[in-house]
Amino acid sequence: MYTVRVTVRLKPSLLDSAGRTVRGSLVAIGFEEVQEARIGKVIELKVDSVEPERLKAMCSKLLANPVTEDFEIEVVE
Amino acid sequence: MRVAVIRFPGSNCDQDALHALRDDLGVAAEYVWHADTSLTGFDAVYLPGGFSYGDYLRCGAIAAQANIMSEIRRMADSGAPVIGVCNGFQVLCEAGILPGALMPNLGERFVCKDVFLLPGRTRSAWTQGASLPLRIPVAHGGGRYTADAETLQRLQNEGLIAFRYSTPSGELTEGANPNGSDQNIAGIVNERGNVLGLMPHPERATKSLLGNTDGLAILRGFLAVPA
Repeated sequence: MYTVRVTVRLKPSLLDSAGRTVRGSLVAIGFEEVQEARIGKVIELKVDSVEPERLKAMCSKLLANPVTEDFEIEVVE
Repeated sequence: MRVAVIRFPGSNCDQDALHALRDDLGVAAEYVWHADTSLTGFDAVYLPGGFSYGDYLRCGAIAAQANIMSEIRRMADSGAPVIGVCNGFQVLCEAGILPGALMPNLGERFVCKDVFLLPGRTRSAWTQGASLPLRIPVAHGGGRYTADAETLQRLQNEGLIAFRYSTPSGELTEGANPNGSDQNIAGIVNERGNVLGLMPHPERATKSLLGNTDGLAILRGFLAVPA
């Protein structure tokens, strides 16, 4: 069994409305140094085998939307 | 004409859609469960609004993998009318049947109100005879349409923008845009013109008793049902 960590991020060119709200809230409670917040997702998978092509397919078919998101795959252990 | 109204776990506009199709348009309509594998005997598909699979992962992402989607793809390829409203639009984009994606509203708020729509330059004539702009309700948290610059240009050039948000007097302003969609886009069609996705809910505007029948023009026109 392997642990695979998939990190999904919004493409840098797209406006992250939730991130913008979080940044506003951080500033409102006194963290004025925060210029930007961007929110992504971390998905941890337990898999029986690590096959890069299959992991990539999981990401492009379901875990990330190629129109709006980028993904990174990391085999943790 | 027999229309399949697709139901996913979390669909919640399925009953309104079936009712509008049967009672207000006078066409035959039946529910079809997402796990079914056949749309044989149906002439058109209606993907209703809702929150399929609790919007987990992304709106429409899980539903886009459902069994019935390969049949919907077949119908779309065959030229049959396929309409996706709200969550249905999100599902069509997630499935790659329509280009682009729908992101959380710019203001991070769920928006539930009437909006005004101007038809884009499209090849279909589903708003013929209707007085413009159309007034149709929206109810969504993730309706910000986006696509890469090339796709947006193609939608514009090829007349595939079905509807744009406008002011009540028909001006395309930023203030008329309820969710921050690129180019005020409220709905698009595929190249062939037989697949329509839109965020506003035409099925909620089909009765004079409820004060609005503007949705009838869209549904009748798209499904080619005579008035």
